[in-house]
Amino acid sequence: MVSQVVADEKPPQQLLSKKAGCNSHGQDSSYFMGWQEYEKNPFDPVSNPSGIIQMGLAENQLSFDMVEAWLEKNPDALGLRREDGASVFRELALFQDYHGLPAFKNALARFMSEQRGYKVAFDPSNIVLTAGATSANEALMFCLADHGDAFLIPTPYYPGFDRDLKWRTGAEIVPVHCTSANGFRVTRAALDDAYRRAQKRRLRVKGVLITNPSNPLGTTAPRADLEMIVEFVAARGIHLVSDEIYSGTAFGEPGFVSVLEVMAERGAAAADVSDRVHVVYSLSKDLGLPGFRVGAIYSSNAAVVSAATKMSSFGLISSQTQYLLAAMLGDKDFTRSYVAENKRRIKERHDQLVDGLREIGISCLESNAGLFCWVDMSHLMRSRSFAGEMELWKKVVFEVGLNISPGSSCHCREPGWFRVCFANMSAKTLDVAMQRLRSFVESTTNGAAALRRAAVPARSISCPIAIKWALRLTPSSGDRKAER
Amino acid sequence: MAFKGGDLLSEKAAGDGHGESSSYFDGWKAYDMNPFDLRHNRGGVIQMGLAENQLTLDLVEEWSKNHPEASIGTAEGVSQFKRIANFQDYHGLPEFREAMAQFMGQVRGRKATFDSDRVVMSGGATGAQETLAFCLANPGEAFLVPTPYYPAFDRDCCWRSGIKLLPIECHSFNDFRLTEEALVSAYDAARRQGIRVKGILITNPSNPLGTITDRGTLAMLATFATEHRIHLVCDEIYAGSVFAKPEYVSIAEVIERDVPGCNRDLIHIVYSLSKDFGLPGFRVGIIYSYNDAVVACARRMSSFGLVSSQTQYFLARMLSDEEFIGHFLKESTRRLAARHERFTSGLREVGIGCLRGNAGLFTWMDLRGMLREKTPEAELELWRVIIHKVKLNVSPGTSFHCREPGWFRVCHANMDDETMEVALDRIRGFVRQHQRRAKAERWAAKGQLRLSLPRHGAAAAASPYLALSSPMSLLSPQSPMVHAAS
Repeated sequence: MVSQVVADEKPPQQLLSKKAGCNSHGQDSSYFMGWQEYEKNPFDPVSNPSGIIQMGLAENQLSFDMVEAWLEKNPDALGLRREDGASVFRELALFQDYHGLPAFKNALARFMSEQRGYKVAFDPSNIVLTAGATSANEALMFCLADHGDAFLIPTPYYPGFDRDLKWRTGAEIVPVHCTSANGFRVTRAALDDAYRRAQKRRLRVKGVLITNPSNPLGTTAPRADLEMIVEFVAARGIHLVSDEIYSGTAFGEPGFVSVLEVMAERGAAAADVSDRVHVVYSLSKDLGLPGFRVGAIYSSNAAVVSAATKMSSFGLISSQTQYLLAAMLGDKDFTRSYVAENKRRIKERHDQLVDGLREIGISCLESNAGLFCWVDMSHLMRSRSFAGEMELWKKVVFEVGLNISPGSSCHCREPGWFRVCFANMSAKTLDVAMQRLRSFVESTTNGAAALRRAAVPARSISCPIAIKWALRLTPSSGDRKAER
Repeated sequence: MAFKGGDLLSEKAAGDGHGESSSYFDGWKAYDMNPFDLRHNRGGVIQMGLAENQLTLDLVEEWSKNHPEASIGTAEGVSQFKRIANFQDYHGLPEFREAMAQFMGQVRGRKATFDSDRVVMSGGATGAQETLAFCLANPGEAFLVPTPYYPAFDRDCCWRSGIKLLPIECHSFNDFRLTEEALVSAYDAARRQGIRVKGILITNPSNPLGTITDRGTLAMLATFATEHRIHLVCDEIYAGSVFAKPEYVSIAEVIERDVPGCNRDLIHIVYSLSKDFGLPGFRVGIIYSYNDAVVACARRMSSFGLVSSQTQYFLARMLSDEEFIGHFLKESTRRLAARHERFTSGLREVGIGCLRGNAGLFTWMDLRGMLREKTPEAELELWRVIIHKVKLNVSPGTSFHCREPGWFRVCHANMDDETMEVALDRIRGFVRQHQRRAKAERWAAKGQLRLSLPRHGAAAAASPYLALSSPMSLLSPQSPMVHAAS
């Protein structure tokens, strides 16, 4: 017999948790809304040529053929038996050890080292495997931050961080403001300012998280900037997480420098901070395999590795995927040629986008990595404000039919910037996108004017605005070059 | 405001919430240091603490060989590679969800149907339990769980989510069945302590009992949940491992047929392919919720533990092969039944009883008669002997939060027939030795009693639990000699 229900005087309790009811997952943001619009009306060159072109998804679809070619030469060995008669299939089916398949970790360690020009050695036992970088970043937060603790993150940053780092962990993000005045580079002053703001909010700062190469900027962090950031976390006694998932997409000078390389160069001085520097990696961008859910945390802090390994139980990598990739990444000839050709193709597509935009009078932040460009469309806004940015964004999505990501969704402080992805479509589709954009630009006053100026060679322009703007366009200019 | 060295990690990372510091891992360590191998190390520790199904992998492997197109790494499957490798939509491959929904219905004898739109992926059942905890409860709130229960629930449900698990005590006098009285008692106790109960978590079929929850109890749970507006999470991870009567009843069936008026927003099922299919390595966890908001939330959270698209693709093809699945389930049932029967009858030969079970990959073995005394300490003592002397890694009941000492979970589906026989031999040998020693001690004590009866007799009268140093200490409390002395 059921006991009498004790009536609650309070209002009926929430059926779900607060986490379920709130929107910390960030998926109400425009970043995801544009995605949804695309899903409703996706472009297809044959069946839906007027659909929305997806330029909001940082995927690498340029190099599948190389992976497929490798697979054709190395067909899946799942059904084979080992020398001692043991069945590979059976072993994999049962393998759920959160330490991961040794062959895979070894291959991954070598691959990560290769991407850093073998200037950094990775110890496989310091690798924690996770179901994607999404899971890696969240697990690291669970390990490093208590509920209410904060991480400082330079803006603009990947919109998904709001979900990955804050939602279930209860951690906070305090933005480190970066501006176009210096190409959105992180400065010591900005870091100090963010730290002070955190203190004002009575938040305990546990670390800094950077993405290098940067999403959404598409730039590699200059060595000097990395050294400065390491100094900052060393002085404050806090952690540094470097999300290096785009490390294999750096196609141009000055090239990718990993924070671990900076640490290696620090030598003895690194000892004061080496147990607080952690790297996140994934195969989703470099190898274009987001579906396989392959992420990793790399740390020389044994306690972090131990705790994160246990947490990886909540998101392990499928053993059959580890097995397949162990073979692929272990093939040095393949990785060497893949990485080189992949970068070449990314650069080619990047240049196509940059040139295409320039022809219609739109400039980008000069970039040398990533699968996207950070585009300045501020002159196309009706008002120089975030409202203006949103208005422009909606036009671009609904009228022009391009799902690009507004800078505000990346927490950018200056309105008018957009992240535009280029590596997830064919060259022809990119052309279509440029044509559509051109029509739109021509229809706006400012846009048309900029377009006309773009058609004129730079040296004949004399007005100050045009000089500054023209300087941005020429590849050899810019703050970044000055660093080398 | 820099934190001190001790605060380098979070409390979660620095603490013991992962549960691996528990002494129960001693058994694992003993196994890891000296693992049994039929050919190379017959004196090693036999792993009987891991609930794995190794009996039917040959069937799955054969299917895999006969269907190379199911693997995107083969010549036959590579044409799908690009689509699959690029697919990270947390809705999951539509064909995977459909195949899973189809399979879940087939496993339950088609007595319930499943909507593929409610199938949400997770990082194994481990990830599923954690995600549901995050969705349904706030830190400090509680789920009620019948004891004995799977030890890792403490980690899965509580570690990072901050929720509590409170026991609903079940006892051997009624075969550890969950009663309404016990449920109400646990619920009221929580309320008295000011803890808000957000749900009930059951595992059906049960781990570690190997029994199924009857229809009436499931209906009672659904009704109770509805009346108190709390959730009912049913972990049905062993649904496909029921090998004997009574027939399995899923909560999905009960809410459709027996309690149609229950509040479906409260009903959630956790599933996985790790046990029924023996594929723990593939990390296939499923949350199936009748609550739209939970489906939406869990789906967003599945980003933290999606199933590899390579695996989704493979399973989509295998699970929708209804003929193969039908054959698989039948054969799996037959092999599980045979293994279970062999093991339990082997135990019966030496007078060891088990809870009568009809499901799962293990047996709930009754060794109460071998305890020095009815205490958890005595159980752990016996357990250490079994690990270090008998060299079997079995799991002590107290690790499952069982209130009655003396029960052990023994896994028997994770080894071949020969190894099973070795294990049985060792158990039989140990039990016989124990019985001989007990008998010898009884005779020895009989002799000593004549010499110094008053003191021993007084001691026996004072307490049935004797010190280890006493010759009578090797007698079990049920021994007639103890009673005679008092």
